[in-house]
Amino acid sequence: MTQKNLVSIVSSGLSKFGRLEGKCSREIFAEAAKEAFEKCPNLDPVKDIEALFIGHMGESFEHQGHTGPILADWASLLPRPAIRIESACASSGVALRMGIIAILSGMYNIVMVGGVEKMTHRTTMDVTEFLTMASDFPFEQWNGITFPGLYALMATAHMHKYGTTEEQMARVAVKNHHNGALNPKAHIQKEITLEKVMSSRVIAWPLKLYDCSLISDGASCLILTNPNIAKTFTDIPVHIIGTGQASDTIGLYERDELTTLKAGRLAGREAYKMAHVTPKDLDIIEVHDCFTIAEIIAYEDLGLCKPGKGGNLIDQNVTSLDGEIPVNTSGGLKAKGHPVGATGTAQAYEIYLQLIGQAEKRQVSGAEIGLSYNVGGSGASATAHIFKRG
Amino acid sequence: MLEDSPFTIESFYKFLCERKLMATKCCKCETLFLPPRPMCTKCLSTNFNWVKLEGKGELISYTVIHFSTEQFQSKTPYIIGIVKLNAGLNLPGIIRDMNPKQIRVGMNLLVDFDTSIPLQWPQWPRYFFKLDTLSS
Repeated sequence: MTQKNLVSIVSSGLSKFGRLEGKCSREIFAEAAKEAFEKCPNLDPVKDIEALFIGHMGESFEHQGHTGPILADWASLLPRPAIRIESACASSGVALRMGIIAILSGMYNIVMVGGVEKMTHRTTMDVTEFLTMASDFPFEQWNGITFPGLYALMATAHMHKYGTTEEQMARVAVKNHHNGALNPKAHIQKEITLEKVMSSRVIAWPLKLYDCSLISDGASCLILTNPNIAKTFTDIPVHIIGTGQASDTIGLYERDELTTLKAGRLAGREAYKMAHVTPKDLDIIEVHDCFTIAEIIAYEDLGLCKPGKGGNLIDQNVTSLDGEIPVNTSGGLKAKGHPVGATGTAQAYEIYLQLIGQAEKRQVSGAEIGLSYNVGGSGASATAHIFKRG
Repeated sequence: MLEDSPFTIESFYKFLCERKLMATKCCKCETLFLPPRPMCTKCLSTNFNWVKLEGKGELISYTVIHFSTEQFQSKTPYIIGIVKLNAGLNLPGIIRDMNPKQIRVGMNLLVDFDTSIPLQWPQWPRYFFKLDTLSS
């Protein structure tokens, strides 16, 4: 086995997720950057960080484009080059991958990767409109299909093909809210009951309000280095040992199967192969639960179970915090929140905390290998990353 | 009239005004495309013919949208389905004139046309699905 450390994480930052009244995205990003700098006193950010790769999805939210240099500026990193990456909800998962590639290229030794989104100042209807832009315009948006609608179409197909139930989807929400209640940075830190999910109002049948992730503000970042210099900055680096990414049709309707995300399967497979790791080796996973059905499908696409058996993992508490393979210990997009551009590196932030043993009340003891899985839109892009305690 | 139309999405929508559901077929490998595209994804050919579809198919999934964007909120609740047309191509769209309680995966649906031109960009007419009473 020739496992290779691609890059190392030496620090990380996460703003509070939630409704951050009166703050705009650059200010929220500065909060995440500040945490990453403070946790890494051996690093001189202005001198040492050579480039930024930032996920940010929408200009519409704040009527602000060209956000790469703005975020570099607010992180006090001018005149470093800043590359903004837009891949819908997978923007910062892709930014993370670009940061890895930048270091592997030999061009840089130290980069910051991260993401941000400011969403809560807009009405839910505006947010629905802006997020819908990540789906196909000519056939999906033009026909009135929303994002919850797309995942609802996957859910109906999954229910029909495999017998997955609304209760199983609801249990994903209950689990992730349980974890979110233990995360001081989560948007909603409150347990919910199965009854509450099941009786919440329908958004796009079979998905109800509590099957949907949250509209949140937030930012996240990681500082990546060439593995050879990681120990200069920290005694406990976390190495990234696998990365995968794939693309699929923008239209959900264009795919042969509605019950699986091909790009997700391929991204996972690439990351597993690169890392010389199988699903059985994983201690913790953060998956893209933008809707509860997405977490069930993620179990299947990442090979935790056979296709169609995702609901069983939830029924048997396999993915609970005290289960065999805890999933979304952070609370996931469902409870921690989903500021879309920030999500990919926020998932990596959680894995990092878990692997260095600083996840406090939600710590999974002895976690050594973790995976993060970030999906864009209805699955036209997906990334997977595998992390190992150094 | 439009058989020499460019192989574009715009052309697909213009055909709807003539109550025609049109796909394209690659001249080289015979793969069907909906929407039309300028290059065949299978063999990279750029030669196509238009093919008129009969617009019948089977519902493979559906949802009932209760909360939508500003443009569509007044229509809620409305049903969206993905139909596998008999030609093998999938098409998403609104299902009209049906009680959500009646709907089920596998039912036979038919494409119909609303040829009125909306005011908003891109001013395309719309197709929609309805129950195919003859095949059901």
